[in-house]
Amino acid sequence: MIVIIFGSENMRMMAKASLTALALIAVAALHPAAAQESYVLTIKDHKFDPAEITVPAGQEVTLVVKNMDDTAEEFESETLDVEEVIGGGQEASFKIGPLEAGTYEFVGEFHEDSAKGNVVVQ
Amino acid sequence: MLELLPGSTPSAVVVFREVLEAALVVGIVMAATRGIRGRGAWILAGIGSGVIGACLVALFAEAIRSAASGMGSELFNAIVLFLAVLMLGWHCVWMSRHGREIAQQMTAVGRAVAEGARPLYALSFVIALAVLREGSEIVLFLYGFAAGGQVSLPALALGSAIGLGGGIALGLAIYLGLLRVPMRHLFAVTTWMIILLAAGMAAQGAAFLVQADLLPALGKGIWDTSKILSEKQLVGQILHVLVGYDSRPSGIQIVFYLVTIGIIGFLTWRLKSPAAPAGSAPRPA
Repeated sequence: MIVIIFGSENMRMMAKASLTALALIAVAALHPAAAQESYVLTIKDHKFDPAEITVPAGQEVTLVVKNMDDTAEEFESETLDVEEVIGGGQEASFKIGPLEAGTYEFVGEFHEDSAKGNVVVQ
Repeated sequence: MLELLPGSTPSAVVVFREVLEAALVVGIVMAATRGIRGRGAWILAGIGSGVIGACLVALFAEAIRSAASGMGSELFNAIVLFLAVLMLGWHCVWMSRHGREIAQQMTAVGRAVAEGARPLYALSFVIALAVLREGSEIVLFLYGFAAGGQVSLPALALGSAIGLGGGIALGLAIYLGLLRVPMRHLFAVTTWMIILLAAGMAAQGAAFLVQADLLPALGKGIWDTSKILSEKQLVGQILHVLVGYDSRPSGIQIVFYLVTIGIIGFLTWRLKSPAAPAGSAPRPA
């Protein structure tokens, strides 16, 4: 199957295009480093604690989400552009921002009734 | 009505949402392969391997997630999405290259043989990847929900069945809707749907790479239409899969979207076989 896919002229051209794109990505990925402030959010009994956190506008911050429940939760925010399944007892961290002032919602998709909260940016 | 079995509604909602995304991909592929002999087997194979893959991914979810300094699941999602983009693009290019040959076959048998050479495995793979991505989330959700003990198994089963049925129904609706397109336009329409599907996936992949800190966002929220149409709403979600609608895209997502359309479009045009009689060799590219 590999021969079929890679053995033709069409695929070689597509591969060249993809590699060029990847090279551009590699170059573009050299951008300044990490965020300073860290905010911790825990998930317990399928609820966020705290349900609302306030972060400063215009800078990149790190959001650490600790899932203290036994089972997985999918942390998701449409407006913060974040989506990840976090297993029970695990944690994940996300870099968010820089953000404009406003309220950004997030949810635990597996338990949307109870797991919801906001990031307030000011 | 659903809450006669408590917990069945949340189950239905989550399962429906994930199934819908995969079902839309299957619907488009089915419309694009209409009339091709043996396509059913390829589609089922794609779904089947996707389901197996989903279970494996769910099993190794934590190992994946914590890989690459905790960016494992973003990388994994991005790779899965870009692989699907490659397969979709490859299929478009192949069709462009051989489409004329197929159309020029004088007999039904000749056409069937020419079409049989279509890289259906590529589309099968795309389906497998879509089912794997969405399916793994369903598996993790169901496992957690069942283990949580608050929901009885019958409620979970009922909710899942309804969610599954609903998602499949919508995928079917897309397929049937596409079938109403007159045959002479069906090829162009499904080709465009595949290109937009690929562009949307590329933009999604880019978003995961931004999340993994491997790509600069080039500005977040270039536009914000989340108040007008959120991806959480049904129409928003459908558009998200079909044309890659994003209510709050970052600059790099828009770049990936346009570049994908550009690359597939360019290759499709560039590698189009010349209008030669059937059986003659194509000119060198």
